[in-house]
Amino acid sequence: MTQDLIVYSLYMGYAIAFMVGLATLFTWVERKQSAIMADRIGANRAYIRIPYTKVKLTCMGLFHGMADGAKMLLKENFTPTTYDTLCYNLAPWLAAVPVLLVFAVVPFGGQLMPGHLVESGFLRDFFGDRSYTMQVAHLDAGVLIMLAVSGIGILGIMLAGWSSNNKFSMLGSARAASQMISYEVVMGLALISLVVTFGTLDIAEMVRLQSGQIFGILPAWGVFKQPLAFSLFMTAAIAENKRVPFDLPECESELVSGYFTEYTGMKMGLFMLSEFITIVVASALLVTLFLGGCNPPYMNDAGFLFPGGWELPLPHLAVVLLQLGTFLVKVVITGCFMVQIRWTLPRFRYDQLLNFGWKLLMPLTAVNLIVTVIFRWFTLRMI
Amino acid sequence: MRKQYWNQPEMGLWEKVYVLEAIRGLWITGGVFFGNMFKWLTFRKGALTAYYPEERRADYSPINRGRHILTHRPNGKVQCVSCNMCATVCPAYAIEIESGLDLDDPAHPKSPVRFELDYSRCIFCGFCVEACPEDAIRMSPDTPDLPNFNRDDMWASQDLLMNWRPTNDTQKSYDEQPAHEGEVH
Repeated sequence: MTQDLIVYSLYMGYAIAFMVGLATLFTWVERKQSAIMADRIGANRAYIRIPYTKVKLTCMGLFHGMADGAKMLLKENFTPTTYDTLCYNLAPWLAAVPVLLVFAVVPFGGQLMPGHLVESGFLRDFFGDRSYTMQVAHLDAGVLIMLAVSGIGILGIMLAGWSSNNKFSMLGSARAASQMISYEVVMGLALISLVVTFGTLDIAEMVRLQSGQIFGILPAWGVFKQPLAFSLFMTAAIAENKRVPFDLPECESELVSGYFTEYTGMKMGLFMLSEFITIVVASALLVTLFLGGCNPPYMNDAGFLFPGGWELPLPHLAVVLLQLGTFLVKVVITGCFMVQIRWTLPRFRYDQLLNFGWKLLMPLTAVNLIVTVIFRWFTLRMI
Repeated sequence: MRKQYWNQPEMGLWEKVYVLEAIRGLWITGGVFFGNMFKWLTFRKGALTAYYPEERRADYSPINRGRHILTHRPNGKVQCVSCNMCATVCPAYAIEIESGLDLDDPAHPKSPVRFELDYSRCIFCGFCVEACPEDAIRMSPDTPDLPNFNRDDMWASQDLLMNWRPTNDTQKSYDEQPAHEGEVH
């Protein structure tokens, strides 16, 4: 009991540090990557001066995230004359919390046996042979929980739009609502075809199934089994994220700042932070469901198993560290790819957005699902 | 039916599919990104931007009007006779001159005791240089330490204007024995 408490407290701490830390990092990545793409240098002037010297540490602009945080905390908290103060104050939290909750079902590592990290000693005596999946909440229906919780996020945005007493905000939130509903359908259907392929709703089990090989060469990742579902899920994830080219709810050129026009200081900061955490969570989901999760190619919980039957068993500590590191690297690379998309494509018109969602993506996912189901039915019949 | 515009874009099948064009766009931006990133990683500069105050662009004009210089007489005194022409012509009212009297030097009894220039107001038009009858004020192409965090620190004193070292010295060279010593202007 005490052991479980300790392990899960550590998991929760790691998950929160992972999300907030990476979100802060991604504000920097977004600035720098867009700058390098556009032959610019990017934010590089915020510095910390070593006291009593003239040495200014800029660290390639990493301090700009801290400067932003400090600015948002110290700004005047301007409140519009709204008729619904409760909803106005509640909205940022309702937008930020579901994003954090989604990560609870994402496994950021394989099986952890704390007693086997070292050969002998206190850990071995205390934990014995207990085994934990590296996941805050190990749920059998992880995929469903993920879809359900991420659907709540729209509530905060709707509340923000309605309670701000501003036409821009209301238009933005109305757009956000219709967009999120359209793309949630695509996301769900893409996920169902993946669920049919793996035959399970448990996300940790999905990761385990992806550590094998197909045709003896390719790693059995979701992206190789379901390439169409991968691209559709990624499109839907970016649309859920409300980022360019799907940033209609907050498009600066039309709606000032969309649903958080009337928010200042840290309330606006919560919206921004939740947007960047959504990048992290969306990349984490993509990695977990389609890109082999926390395992590098050809690796499972016991060690490496290369094509040709060549094995390389690893000690448990090495496996755990390797999995944590791999997950981090994969999430960062996927996130960078999303940033690249954001700085490449122009924004859709509103009718184009809905046409794209309902007339192209939705039939494609449906076809993908049908083909997957038929294929799955035949393979199950043959066995 | 939607209105047809004269500049309606004509899209073929390739453009209408969108995804292929999106991938092409990603290819272009990715190429630029990795090209510039490779330059940064090999310790070269992968950007067109100049770090402005520290670094100067290659196409900076050689006759750029930068920080002012107050010229010297051969004996080290300031050339300025504080006629106030520059302060009068200055459209930004950036120059302040306080005159002093020095009867020990009968050729140039009037000279500034305080010649100050506010760089937070100066628009670098160069009128002061053109108005000066004595060639006492000039402008150098380089602009050291002009940006500042504090308005009060942007005042340039007479001492600074006389004694700062531009990279290309535009001071006129004097003969050892000045030709018109003693001439009264």
